[in-house]
Amino acid sequence: MTTLSGSALQAKVLADRPPLRLLLAQRGLDGVTLLVLPAVLFIIALFVYPFLYGLVLSLEPKVGDWLANYRRFFSEPFLYDTIAKTMWLALPSTLVNILISVPVAMRVRLMRRQRLLTTILVLPITLGTVLIAEGLLNYLGPQGWLNRTLVLIGLVSSPVRLVHNYWGVFLSLVVSGFPFTFLLTLSYITGIDASLEQAASTLGANARARFWHIFLPLLAPGLAITFCLSFVQTFSVFPSAVLLGAPAGVTRVISIAAYQAAYEQYDYSMASAIAMIMGFAQLLVVVLVLAARGLFYRGPAGSAKG
Amino acid sequence: MGRETALSDRLWTTAIWALVIFFIVNLFAMVGTVLVNSLGTRWLGTWLPTAFTTKWYASAWNEFQLDQVLVVTFEVVGAVVVLSGALGVPAAYALARREFPGKKLVTLLFLLPLLVPPITFGIPLATVLYRAGLAGSMSGVILANLVPTVPFVILVMIPFIEQIDPRIEAAARVFGAGTARLFLHVLLPLLAPGMLAALLLVLVRTIAMFELTFFTAGPTSQTLVVALYYAVYAAGVRAGQSIDAMAVIYMVTTLVWLLIALRFVNPTQLVTRAKREHAR
Repeated sequence: MTTLSGSALQAKVLADRPPLRLLLAQRGLDGVTLLVLPAVLFIIALFVYPFLYGLVLSLEPKVGDWLANYRRFFSEPFLYDTIAKTMWLALPSTLVNILISVPVAMRVRLMRRQRLLTTILVLPITLGTVLIAEGLLNYLGPQGWLNRTLVLIGLVSSPVRLVHNYWGVFLSLVVSGFPFTFLLTLSYITGIDASLEQAASTLGANARARFWHIFLPLLAPGLAITFCLSFVQTFSVFPSAVLLGAPAGVTRVISIAAYQAAYEQYDYSMASAIAMIMGFAQLLVVVLVLAARGLFYRGPAGSAKG
Repeated sequence: MGRETALSDRLWTTAIWALVIFFIVNLFAMVGTVLVNSLGTRWLGTWLPTAFTTKWYASAWNEFQLDQVLVVTFEVVGAVVVLSGALGVPAAYALARREFPGKKLVTLLFLLPLLVPPITFGIPLATVLYRAGLAGSMSGVILANLVPTVPFVILVMIPFIEQIDPRIEAAARVFGAGTARLFLHVLLPLLAPGMLAALLLVLVRTIAMFELTFFTAGPTSQTLVVALYYAVYAAGVRAGQSIDAMAVIYMVTTLVWLLIALRFVNPTQLVTRAKREHAR
């Protein structure tokens, strides 16, 4: 206890009422606690304040009353369609990533040397969405290696169109999202106590029964979190929707609408409104998923230490 | 277990490995296309370019003013790393060592910038920075990039600090060390591995951070990833090979740091923030 220094003790003995400093220290407020202040002030100034500023700004449109921006967003198909288009990209790609991640992670958890594999899978996260978009433009293009291979082995007669449409963006979301989803799923699966599986095995459950009755119920809350975190990433797709998709058509996602309002029409009020709607839409999905999570078993899945 | 299940098990395993290999092959092929294209003279309708050359690197270097872009990138990244360490580590220390009223609220405050994607808070943030006259300059880019990195450093550092025995610090106090000496001679050496890991991850993340830089950068404060985006966006104006040469330069910049980072960090920490600490 560094806080109970000699002078503080003396003061306690001398005075009837302990000094304020000691009272605060008892509640955990002392010099060390103050170290948190610079970071808190920074986040308030550059995260909380801009967010509230954006909220207020969105209620002060260039023309019309305070709800005009929001009314405009929900009355113009060009604008409100972006929500459905974004969902149509984000939900399937997140689901596909989770459906692939679970069986692969179930297998990888048995491996002793996971480091090389996990390292390879970390690559797309650090390469970033811009590089993945540029790479896929080359690779999936009509003359790219993928189409050449497909034609060579006779799967298709002419190159498949995979860029500048829905599939290009979808594939880029899978490539950039899978490593993240996989690593999260793997960390949840390795957190499940192996003795539970052994017990089930001893009692005669085969691999499939062990998965459905032991792993999946324990994994479901973790998968819900994984889904939310991956979904939030895919929902804000921007570079690949512009570069790989059809930014005026099927992949005109909500972040493109926000960007155009801010940097092409210089209507920051509208752009803030779209950003708020975007935040609200993804929050809605996250809340729904987390509410569904409450239906599953919640409790210790690891050993006694948790 | 009967023989039938054993066979279906084996088929299942094979299918899963085939899936993983399929993913990795496509990933490498994607990166490979960029690399090969940047080294080829002309590549139209064949498996490989007709001849190989390195001239695109020179032309990319001149066309995109990469020397200036690289200097800006490293200045931004360096400032972000130093500042997020300076702001984040003390805060993490306080959060790891003290229980105080409102601690849950503070923790939530630090979680939010990581949960809300950069596009959503980037636009209001850029608007505020424009009003303050900071956007379009290097300081605006640095400030915007600090928003997700400071909480990231805090969340990575808390478990590292918690595992250091507080009695070590108490012992140093007993022997008469002041706060400054305690920090320099006791805490810093103990925290160094954790700080190195956290800051290397911040470095890799900042090089790859597109959205926040894109919203706040002006013509003279573009980082490599934003310059790459503009090059791809305006493709057709310039030779595809020199864009890919730039992409390779970008890739090498991230990969070098990633490989250094992976010597100190478990790859899963890149996403789960030291969650697996006990599972290892």
